[in-house]
Amino acid sequence: MNRRILVVDDSPTMRRLAASTLRAAGYEVVEAADGQAGLDRLVETEIHAVVTDLNMPVMDGLMLTERVRTNPQTSAMPVLMVTTESSPEMREKGRIAGATGWITKPYAPQKLVSSVRRICQ
Amino acid sequence: MDDLAELKQLYFQECEELLGEVERHLMALDEGSGDAETVNATFRALHSIKGGAGAFGLQRLVDYAHVFEALLDKMRSNEIPVTPDRVKVLLRAADVLTDLIRAMQSDTELPQDRESEMRAALETLAQGGEVALGAAAPAVSKPAVAEAPKAAPASAAPPPAAPAEPAPISHRYRIGFAPRADMFKRANEPLLLIRELGGLGMTSVEVDQSAVPALSDIDPEAAYLRWTIELETPAALDAVRDVFEFASDDCDLEIADLSPRAAEPAAQEEPAPVAPAEAADRPGDAPADLPAEAAAPPVADDDAPAVEAASPTPVKNTQAPTKENAAAATPQVSSIRVDLDKLEKVVNLVGEIVISQAMLAEHLGALSIDKFGGLAKGIEELSQHTRSLQDSVMAMRAQPVKSVFQRMPRLVREVASATGKKVRLVLHGEETEIDKTVIEQLYDPLVHMIRNSVDHGVESPEERAAAGKPVEGTVRLSAGHAGGRIIIEISDDGKGINRERVFQKAVAKGLIPADLSLTESQIDDLIFLPGLSTVDQVSNISGRGVGMDVVRSNIQRMGGRVSIRSTPGQGSAFTLALPLTLAVLDGMTVRVGDEIYVIPLANIIESLRPTARDVHSLAGGGHVLRIRGEYVPLVDVGRLFGVPNAASDASKSLVVLVEAGPGDKVGLVLDEIVGQQQVVIKSLEVNYQALPGLSGATILGNGRVALILDVPGIHGVVRGAATQARAASPMSHAQQVQA
Repeated sequence: MNRRILVVDDSPTMRRLAASTLRAAGYEVVEAADGQAGLDRLVETEIHAVVTDLNMPVMDGLMLTERVRTNPQTSAMPVLMVTTESSPEMREKGRIAGATGWITKPYAPQKLVSSVRRICQ
Repeated sequence: MDDLAELKQLYFQECEELLGEVERHLMALDEGSGDAETVNATFRALHSIKGGAGAFGLQRLVDYAHVFEALLDKMRSNEIPVTPDRVKVLLRAADVLTDLIRAMQSDTELPQDRESEMRAALETLAQGGEVALGAAAPAVSKPAVAEAPKAAPASAAPPPAAPAEPAPISHRYRIGFAPRADMFKRANEPLLLIRELGGLGMTSVEVDQSAVPALSDIDPEAAYLRWTIELETPAALDAVRDVFEFASDDCDLEIADLSPRAAEPAAQEEPAPVAPAEAADRPGDAPADLPAEAAAPPVADDDAPAVEAASPTPVKNTQAPTKENAAAATPQVSSIRVDLDKLEKVVNLVGEIVISQAMLAEHLGALSIDKFGGLAKGIEELSQHTRSLQDSVMAMRAQPVKSVFQRMPRLVREVASATGKKVRLVLHGEETEIDKTVIEQLYDPLVHMIRNSVDHGVESPEERAAAGKPVEGTVRLSAGHAGGRIIIEISDDGKGINRERVFQKAVAKGLIPADLSLTESQIDDLIFLPGLSTVDQVSNISGRGVGMDVVRSNIQRMGGRVSIRSTPGQGSAFTLALPLTLAVLDGMTVRVGDEIYVIPLANIIESLRPTARDVHSLAGGGHVLRIRGEYVPLVDVGRLFGVPNAASDASKSLVVLVEAGPGDKVGLVLDEIVGQQQVVIKSLEVNYQALPGLSGATILGNGRVALILDVPGIHGVVRGAATQARAASPMSHAQQVQA
């Protein structure tokens, strides 16, 4: 059974980098360019985990995570937050929003895979 | 090209876009039209550049972008207010960023000085200081190329790789793990963590269910279980802690090291599969992460990578991904880069297919439709497919003009700075798509005309103030579609063309006789004559030994037209009309005497058979046609090209009304319309020589060569003849014929 991961990032490069890494690790990947598009994908398709960038136009990663948590349909969805700063405040903000885990950019591909594995079977 | 190298290229392409965005936002701030969101958007763009740079190990870029971003961060939180002076520094900093990225893309060495200087300036600003930029600073700069290609970027070279030999040391840990309810709220799954521990070594797991209440009392969102895990593993304590990274704040966790040699340093952890994960987690050493990890085995239990990792030579940063690929399944790529030559070949082949198809259709006409109905149907389908094929190929080559436009703000800035002027560049219609080949040939003429506008058009701030104009001049660059062509306009609000001076100059250089009487727009057109430069001293800005005549011939070579419109004291505007594509056109085939000509469909407005009442002769020779209250000059195509037996009396033949320029109509007198078809343009210049009034030739279905009319060119030729000017006189812009 293939797990389907939603990758949300406004940068096509970073998105593809994440997507191709996850695909190589055997996951199916759905992409979205901002938080709102991410929420749309969540409604349209069956998703097992979300990997989201923090800084995005339209709707940022924190808001996306909050929305995922407050919607009963998706409240149990693991969300991995990708941050550039590894500052404790950022992490705390993510935790408060409901992020399951976090990973700091730049990350090695393997780190992404292991982090996703940690939150999603 | 491997996956990562390709992604890297994609990243650089994205950088170009992001740089364009940064520039656009900064310009908005510079103009005072930006707001908090503009600063925020600039920050985001820089952030993305930095993020990507980090992913590809471009440390120098990361560092620079970081300083830049840090300043913007303070600006968006209003800690440091946005002032025009600071924005100027930001603009310069963005230029340096562009150079840096281009240099990295082309793998060339970039001198440090400008970068260090700019970094220092940014840091000073971020600390609340002020920076004054020397006006002379921006030499018309190109990224310093041509130096020896760099080897692997030094900063990205990984530290000496980990020892390949796994240390046989085993640790024993006892882990007490009790999730709290919060852990579930964040969708963390304890079982996944226990499973991950299992991946580190041998585990024995015990679960304590004593806290679980009676079923009726269970709160489905609470946590009641507690686990004790004993783990035997080569991994160090940090690696074990790392498993609980996401959960540590939401659970009670106790890890006891039961190993006999508990004091053993964690240096031997490398072969463990989670080791890479761990390395990346230490805050602060992010830059070193990527290469270090790339050198570590991507997946556990694989000997080969470990051996490679042990190699003492620094691993090139492109090599790591290759390894990553080896572990990966098929890489997913949704775009590829194709050599333009290959695309060109396809375009030419499609052109040939169009001709063959026309030929088949022509022969079909001679066959009985009863017997060859199937054939007719097949050919009809073929023609439809040919057309879609052609459209698809053309779409492949179409690109937004943005790629050229976004290089202009910097040019304007530099020229303005070098000439001591204040100039604002306004861009419009950057999304307009044009054939790639046209875009490529557009760059040089645009650069020249924009330089011209800034250098010669816009006045100095003092002159402008004296003339009661805003001190800052405006140059507009816009693109759009009109009448099947791309129209690009470069306009300024400067002083306009000094007609007297241009005329004198042309006379002095012997380009025109002194007693020639010319209309204003004809004088303006003189600037396109070779050898005419109104600036006595060729400045090194607009100079470059290239004149507007070269611009015009470049534009004409691609089947385009350039014209100028100028109002003294109010500015000038260059208008370029370019074909959508250089390879094929939709044409109407018409007969003139025994000859067949092609009129580009894009030029045609309508065709009509006028009555004698509507045709009027002019005193100086020639005829005009009165149509719906408007007078349109008539051109006798047969006479123009010396075709025998051609119709010449407009009232007894056909008139095709064409548009020679925006709002500029001409009636072509000819015998009859033959049909309409797509023709493949064969260059006259390449195969024969350029002829006035003709833009090219084509091969018809029956194998005959037909010439393609250059409608605006014909108009110019006719007008030139009418005003006694030289045949090669500049073609004039729209001018309504007065009856």
